[in-house]
Amino acid sequence: MDRFLKCRECLQTKKMKNVIEDILKMTATELVKDIKTGKLTARQVVEFYLRQIERCDREMGAFISILDDHARTDADKIDSRIAAGENPGPLSGLPIAIKDNMCTDFAPTTCASKILIDYRPPYNAHVVEQLQKAGAIVIGKTNLDEFAMGSSTENSGIKITRNPWAPDRVPGGSSGGSGVAVAARMAPVSLGSDTGGSIRLPAAFCGICGLKPTYGRVSRYGLVAYGSSLDQIGPFGCDARDIALVLNTIAGYDHRDSTSVPLEHAADFTAAMEKPIAGLKIGIVKEYHAQGGIDPEITQAIEQAIKVFEQSGAKIIDVDLPHTDYAVACYYLVATAEASSNLARYDGVHYGYRTPNPTDYIDVYSSSRAEGFGDEVKRRIMLGTYVLSAGYYDAYYLKALKVRTLIKQDFDKVFEKVDVICAPVAPTPAFKIGEKVNDPLTMYLSDIFTISANLAGIPALAIPCGFTNNNLPIGLQLLGKHFDEETLLRTAWDYQKKTDFHRQIPEMVK
Amino acid sequence: MTDAITEQEVRHVAKLSRLKLTDEQVRQFTRQMSDILAYVKKLNELDTANVKPTAHAAPLRNVFREDKAAAGMGVEKVLQNAPDRDGPFFKVPRVLAD
Repeated sequence: MDRFLKCRECLQTKKMKNVIEDILKMTATELVKDIKTGKLTARQVVEFYLRQIERCDREMGAFISILDDHARTDADKIDSRIAAGENPGPLSGLPIAIKDNMCTDFAPTTCASKILIDYRPPYNAHVVEQLQKAGAIVIGKTNLDEFAMGSSTENSGIKITRNPWAPDRVPGGSSGGSGVAVAARMAPVSLGSDTGGSIRLPAAFCGICGLKPTYGRVSRYGLVAYGSSLDQIGPFGCDARDIALVLNTIAGYDHRDSTSVPLEHAADFTAAMEKPIAGLKIGIVKEYHAQGGIDPEITQAIEQAIKVFEQSGAKIIDVDLPHTDYAVACYYLVATAEASSNLARYDGVHYGYRTPNPTDYIDVYSSSRAEGFGDEVKRRIMLGTYVLSAGYYDAYYLKALKVRTLIKQDFDKVFEKVDVICAPVAPTPAFKIGEKVNDPLTMYLSDIFTISANLAGIPALAIPCGFTNNNLPIGLQLLGKHFDEETLLRTAWDYQKKTDFHRQIPEMVK
Repeated sequence: MTDAITEQEVRHVAKLSRLKLTDEQVRQFTRQMSDILAYVKKLNELDTANVKPTAHAAPLRNVFREDKAAAGMGVEKVLQNAPDRDGPFFKVPRVLAD
């Protein structure tokens, strides 16, 4: 209560009323500018978002930890540095929510799993270090499907998260908490991780932007591993400029991730945004639309978006990705195999949950894991163990790695002809809570258009492009060449200058 | 379905995975894993005889760090999350009988 009063005091003076309405509609880029020029203080911005969390999160369930004291302390530090004439960095005073599978030494990191419920990492993830160095303020840790395994955030071992556009529907997953945090304006930006669509699906279902960068662009040091050859950290934000702003800070080489790619030049994604897209070649994938099962309202919204690109002078070209139909099968073999290996570390010995009364030392492992992991995690560990086991390795795992080559080659060929591929993010808008949770295979098929980008390692950006008649957001996906996030962001920004889908805010959080 | 994984195989995989399952879970996983394995069989429609496997999509190979000693994390940090400890050691139940 005390906390609530303090924040009311700070916000509800007459002058502040206007500021509150302003902040709700402001982008991260605008917030940073106003904080740096002294129009707003970092503390005011933090108080606004804490109040929004207090107001909305009881129903939404986006946050696992709300770091109010930490955020206030950091905000005051930023404000005194600005008052002293310093520049605290490109993200000065910007609150950010972080998916709870990235390590923070100042807050628990649970992966929404009972097995890590009290885990306090002894170090910060690379991205957390980078954000703090740039002046950003971590305001909370967000809910996810346990260990990022799922497409709806219903597999969280802690709680479900609701979609702010329709609270009886899922927000998508696995980064559902980070998606909802931004959609409900409980944070201006957030970080998620994407192994098979876990940033893009929540972005689409929640009506915001989300980027899965190129594999190797952002260090995975301190990201709790699920499918190591597929996992990539990326930002959520309201528009393409905010995505670029955060990407500038988190991208770059880090020797602690052996798959981090050293590039000659550090990219400035913000600077690259303004170039027009006239002459850009945009590919439309025949197989995606031949697939059937795409909601007609989604097809229609994508067609409308394509018209906007054409009006900007882009050339639309039909392309083929002939192995599209095999991507989900390939993914669930590769990802589960890697998961079974990565999750072997949860042994009840070094950290995490231990069963209270083990019968012997083997039982420390098998009972701790049985009691600590939820069903979807167990299912994926089992499936991965099976496909890697003697007699099945060649038939399943090795076969999947070969199909992965074919899927990657499909993209290589297409990108000889076009600069960007334009596709839906998902075949349907957000589905109902409980609708698919007992049928894992149907749930897996929600990721049919997102999974290929992880297998091929290419960047992919989800942006809002419309609403269904039920007022559910529709997402558009732009896929690009390796390390060509610039073109994706530029294409998205050009579109957003001509449309206003990205500026819509769900009624219930206003 | 001929390709279905059997309950016996599921129990074996659970043992390899160090997961203690209830009978109900074994039945449930047998059904669900059979569905998934039947679905992934569609990969066999593709001829991959002359295709090389891709383990990851990064343009990298053989990443080595310099072979140089560096400071570790320190015992207290390493043990701060231990479920049970005895001084500077992780403590586990007895492994060998008397």
